[in-house]
Amino acid sequence: MADMIQFDLVSPEKRLASFEAASVQIPGVDGDLTAMAGHSPVITTLRPGIVRVQSAEGETDYVVVAGFVEVTAESVSVIAERAHAGDEVRKEDLEDVLADARAKAAEAEGEHKDGAEKLVSDLVELMDRMD
Amino acid sequence: MPSLKDLKTRIASVKSTRKITKAMQMVAAAKLRRAQDAAEAGRPYAERMQAVMARLSASVGGSDTAPRLLAGTGSDKTHLLVVMTAERGLCGGFNSSIVRLVRNRVEALKGEGKTVKLLTVGKKGREQLKRDYEDLMVGHVDLSEVKRVGYANAAEIAADVIARFDAGEFDVASIYFSVFQSVISQIPTETQIIPAKFEESDAGDASTLYDYEPSEEAVLEDLLPRAIATQIFTALLENRASEEGARMSAMDNATRNAGEMIDKLTIEYNRSRQAVITNELIEIISGAEAL
Repeated sequence: MADMIQFDLVSPEKRLASFEAASVQIPGVDGDLTAMAGHSPVITTLRPGIVRVQSAEGETDYVVVAGFVEVTAESVSVIAERAHAGDEVRKEDLEDVLADARAKAAEAEGEHKDGAEKLVSDLVELMDRMD
Repeated sequence: MPSLKDLKTRIASVKSTRKITKAMQMVAAAKLRRAQDAAEAGRPYAERMQAVMARLSASVGGSDTAPRLLAGTGSDKTHLLVVMTAERGLCGGFNSSIVRLVRNRVEALKGEGKTVKLLTVGKKGREQLKRDYEDLMVGHVDLSEVKRVGYANAAEIAADVIARFDAGEFDVASIYFSVFQSVISQIPTETQIIPAKFEESDAGDASTLYDYEPSEEAVLEDLLPRAIATQIFTALLENRASEEGARMSAMDNATRNAGEMIDKLTIEYNRSRQAVITNELIEIISGAEAL
């Protein structure tokens, strides 16, 4: 199909997914965006959230924690520092990330404080959505 | 001349040594395969990260607002060497060759009047370097409990290094590890991680102009620590594969040497036994002749 894009999801330890997709919904740091064929090239960092991929086989969810996305007209590459397939991940897996983020937010000062606290709230929101 | 009994015990002992080295070789071969798979699996991530960082640092790097991790502190007085070695021995010259590279580097830096600090990852390198440079050691990362190095381990090391950098403990940091070429060749390598350097990879899509969200600087700032962690992770994986490769060939040699030794001892054993028989015959014959 002409209006399909190549979707790749890689984490440091392995390549999680690589297939053709119709659209990919991405939790960007400045808000969600949905990439489809012909999207203008964008690189954005990720906030913790769910990457939702629509493909011929249906809808697939992936939980990502940090990293970045490279969108071009033909492809979407999610380079995630931590990623799990949506149906495999449990809340407990993310508890340590949240605890870590909380500790950092408590320590952070000045300009970093906002970012650290946003990370915590993003994580909490993500975990609520997973219920 | 050792007695027959002595020879027999020695043959038995070398045989059991051969069994051990053979087993270690096979274990190393299996582990090497796993380590190579892990290194292979980590490659796409590292390559993408590298490509994006190369683009970003090329466009932001020159400006005054470039983050310190990329631009450096402006001096290169104090060097931090992160030395990655194995947790265990019996792997040929693997640890020693990394330590040799580090030692040369330390001496060269000292000659230039720089301050050197050492951070060791892996017990073996620490043991070897401690003899000469104990006063330079600033820290040690113990991975002996870690069966499979994960990204989390690398992230921890990176966080430690970056925290030291932010505290002004050093100006330049490099990592030392072995690049896996083949079972018989592992190349000790030095890579500078702070200030970060990214070589343009042959991705070939440099013509695409990207929009950056939120901004180039923000993306760069967010990704730099991750890129450093990725470099450390890649190094750890390479090192693990190199270690198992070196161990495999060392154990292969040991097994072969043990085999040769068994052959030699067996010949000696047979000769001595024959000598004893001949001796007894001579005694019987000369006894009979004397009658």
